[in-house]
Amino acid sequence: MNIFRLSNLRSLMAVFAVASFAFVATNVAAKDPIKIGFSMALTGGLAGGGKQALVAMEMWADDINAKGGILDRPVKLVYYDDQTKAATVPGIYAKLLDVDKVDFVVSGYGTNLIAPAMPLVKQRDIVFMGLFGMDNNKKWKHDKYFQILPSGPDPAVDFSSAWFETIMQLNPKPKSIAFVAADAEFARNLKGGAEVNAKRLGMKVTYNKNYKPGTPDFTPIMRAINATKPDVIYVAAYPPGAAGMTRAVSEVGTKAVAFGGGMVGLQFSGIMKGLGPKLNGILNYDFYVPEPNMSLYPGVVDLLKRYQKIAPARKVDPKGWYLAPWSYAYLQILGDAVNAVGKIDHAAIAKYIHANEFTTVVGKVRFGKNGEWKKGRTLTVQWQNIKKQNDLEQFAQPGIRKIMAPAAFATGKVQPFNSLR
Amino acid sequence: MNSNRFYLIMLALVILSYLATALIDNQYPFFAGFAILQLMVMALAWNILGGYGGYVNFGSAAFFGLGAYAAIVSYQLFAAPLIIQVLVGGCFCALLGLATGYLTLRLRGVYFAIATLALLVVSETLIHNWDYVGGAAGAYLLPSRTLDFFGVLIVGKEGGLFSNNKEFLFFLMCILVLLTIIICRTIEKSKYGRGLAALRDNEEAAESMGVPTLKLKLIATVISASLMGINGGFFPYYMTFIEPTSAFSLDISVNALAMPLIGGTASWVGPVLGAVVLGTLQQVATVTISSEINLLIVGLFLVGFVIFAPDGFLGLIKKLRKRGN
Amino acid sequence: MFSFELLANAIVIGILLGGFYAALSIGLSISFGLLDIVNIAHPAFIILGAFVCFIFNSVYGFDPILVGIIFAPAFFLLGTLIYRVYYESFEKTGATALRGLAFFFGVMFILEVILIIYFGVDFQMVQAKYIDYKITLGLVDIPFRMFVPFVIAMIMTLGLQYFSSKTFFGRAMQAVAQDSLALRLMAIDPAKIKRIAFGISLSTCCVAGALFVIVMPIEPSIGRLYIGQVFAIVVLGGLGSQSGTLIAAMLLGMVESIITTFFGPSWAPAVAFSALILVLAIKPTGILGRVGDTRG
Repeated sequence: MNIFRLSNLRSLMAVFAVASFAFVATNVAAKDPIKIGFSMALTGGLAGGGKQALVAMEMWADDINAKGGILDRPVKLVYYDDQTKAATVPGIYAKLLDVDKVDFVVSGYGTNLIAPAMPLVKQRDIVFMGLFGMDNNKKWKHDKYFQILPSGPDPAVDFSSAWFETIMQLNPKPKSIAFVAADAEFARNLKGGAEVNAKRLGMKVTYNKNYKPGTPDFTPIMRAINATKPDVIYVAAYPPGAAGMTRAVSEVGTKAVAFGGGMVGLQFSGIMKGLGPKLNGILNYDFYVPEPNMSLYPGVVDLLKRYQKIAPARKVDPKGWYLAPWSYAYLQILGDAVNAVGKIDHAAIAKYIHANEFTTVVGKVRFGKNGEWKKGRTLTVQWQNIKKQNDLEQFAQPGIRKIMAPAAFATGKVQPFNSLR
Repeated sequence: MNSNRFYLIMLALVILSYLATALIDNQYPFFAGFAILQLMVMALAWNILGGYGGYVNFGSAAFFGLGAYAAIVSYQLFAAPLIIQVLVGGCFCALLGLATGYLTLRLRGVYFAIATLALLVVSETLIHNWDYVGGAAGAYLLPSRTLDFFGVLIVGKEGGLFSNNKEFLFFLMCILVLLTIIICRTIEKSKYGRGLAALRDNEEAAESMGVPTLKLKLIATVISASLMGINGGFFPYYMTFIEPTSAFSLDISVNALAMPLIGGTASWVGPVLGAVVLGTLQQVATVTISSEINLLIVGLFLVGFVIFAPDGFLGLIKKLRKRGN
Repeated sequence: MFSFELLANAIVIGILLGGFYAALSIGLSISFGLLDIVNIAHPAFIILGAFVCFIFNSVYGFDPILVGIIFAPAFFLLGTLIYRVYYESFEKTGATALRGLAFFFGVMFILEVILIIYFGVDFQMVQAKYIDYKITLGLVDIPFRMFVPFVIAMIMTLGLQYFSSKTFFGRAMQAVAQDSLALRLMAIDPAKIKRIAFGISLSTCCVAGALFVIVMPIEPSIGRLYIGQVFAIVVLGGLGSQSGTLIAAMLLGMVESIITTFFGPSWAPAVAFSALILVLAIKPTGILGRVGDTRG
């Protein structure tokens, strides 16, 4: 083809014009995404929670992109599996920041997986949202760290203070307490905080021991506890231990008027379903339960409905009550803050988050010292009215986990342990 | 490779690693590099007892973890600086290695392996129950942003020899690796090394020929343990946070024996090769495929090598050389 | 606070726990004790069995122990297959212990990944009528959750003990450990014996898995917590002796139970392993191991 012939030249120019227009148009439309990076436990001991969280986080990314994204740019999540191994975390965050060049980082799930990332975020002086870590900022005092765990300003102690307030409503007031905890981070921290609360209330400690993870049978521990005749029993456990202690107290029985406190795992569907009526009477912590008052959290019912639709296909916890609302919320706060500030300025964003109250799927959130919640909102719930064995749906009804505290959400009054069994 | 050339190459590597820290801005290679080098030291140290001596250590993580905890104790007790932490870790593990050596005196092969596993479980339990180092909740070590040593600014954003702690740690770990290689090579070429080999091939025969097997075993255990302890001593400073599960992790034990296996146990080259291959693979997989597939890769690699190349890379190279002749 | 009720219950639970531990370790006493195969993936196979029982229990409602027994032959075949691969690759002796270790570490990781992919990472439990049942005899409670596994474990262990000493194959198994050359001279292929033995070892994993998921909730990587325990029991009992393993398991169960009841559970593992180190220091071949056993 002779390009110098006028007709050919004109066609060529037309093609060229169309091509450049298309090029410019697509590049303008495909804006540079805002990248949010994190590590998450997708394998290993905490993966049950980690995978649950990831599903909710991806839902948030889709939701905010539907509304235009952050600063009019689409959000992209960049994440790697930390395998529940603390040693992988520093390298992962270094890659996220230096190679993937993410704009923001948020944490993985669990105190021990958040801790190894702290030095890097402190060094870069960037905003860091934390997911369910106990007091990670105590030593670092990083002014840009924010934790979504609703414990309160003194996390370990405030976490269980509602539980202690609740048991003090029993008549007669309990005077002695037994502690048993798993030799694992969260359980030990909870027990530490609970010990402070017990001391404050002048309670006598009749038993205080830890057990190793992997203990198959808890009846010896249960008997040993009973032999010391405590009024209440505070159990800080991870899923296998929580299930084991629940079975042990079912078999052996107890005269204590309250049992529970820091049992992790009762909130997971598989365990709930497996234990069934054995859970009746247990007084434990929780973050969100399907009680009517909880719909005070705007959007949470809707969020859980959507989560529960995709959960089975993703092979994650079918209900998502434990982590889904919170992992959605910690990103929600970040997104809202960045949009409010209007630019990627970590100092300004941190200042904004400190200064403002956010309305999220977990209600109103306000941060205080060290990035912890200004006022704790861990729930104390009492399991009751569980009738069927091996039925998960009964737990979706109200009246199973009645809320004892905080008062604003209460749907029931605490009863002695044995009266509900 | 003759000794002069060897030492020249070592020196060149030292200079190269310093230059790397000075020239590369991106911090990620130093994190990944540190992790790989750390495993390399474990593999080399393991090989002294396992490859040269034939005694399989099942619980290498015990020495690593106890070295790390000895370091954190020294930090908590008297704010020890990094060098002291590391030395404390090494010395403590040397003593522990000596004790373990005596205890497992009469045990052969597989019993020794189980005894090291028992040591791992006991040490992990002891640390879990020791509140001074935080037990299961862990302990913190916050390194300062700047570090100076008798007036010379070693770590500091402007003007320091290294601009941050991670690059400094990377450089120190390079030095440790090179030192360990020198130790291994010296052992290999010495009378001591030959004694160990005799011990490995047939302990009874060696004894009847007058080889002081107990002394050899003890020396090997002490050297292996102290190197692992020194290695562990760096861990708290690097992680800034230490807790028993990661310090005594099964991964450390598995890698310590998998890397010499994959690389070859005959000389120091094996663990180095193994660490480079397996370590890099794991680091890359963590930040790319990143899921349970990561674990699958390690598993397939182990199984594959064991089936197809039981003497590791060194064995393969030997075979290829033979074929070439 | 000592009381006879506490002591009696501690002893009973200790025995039941010992039975459970015996079920977990008996297979290893064959593969590691007799055949010198460092099968570190043994607990992982148990968890595989546990998940198989879980899925049939949760989808079809079958009793987990029944599922365990039905699938034991499948595990036997799996065992013979894996042994074949292991055997073909290790023609030379020498660093066999190391290579075996690495091979089975690899197998363990592969197993875990398969479980994660098929079952997910969440904790799972099973349902069976007898799990909540218990009998009370005077001061002592016997929970069926522990009693049923104990009974099955006893049957399995005593069955294997009988098999080892009274049947031809069983005695051939013992022989292959002691003197495989002599076996060959008698025109018996040691490799075939070892293959069958390893198959048996793995089939016990299937049944042990059923017992495991009755006792506690499972997730793919939970087997790792038991590696140290099962090896310790086999070594403590003496390599090559099934009854030794049983005794060692009982001992460990009792020690754990009593220490837990009277001193606190956190020291239990340290005590168990310290006991192991002590026994090995005094009698290196273990409780019922053959004196002068120079395998190593």
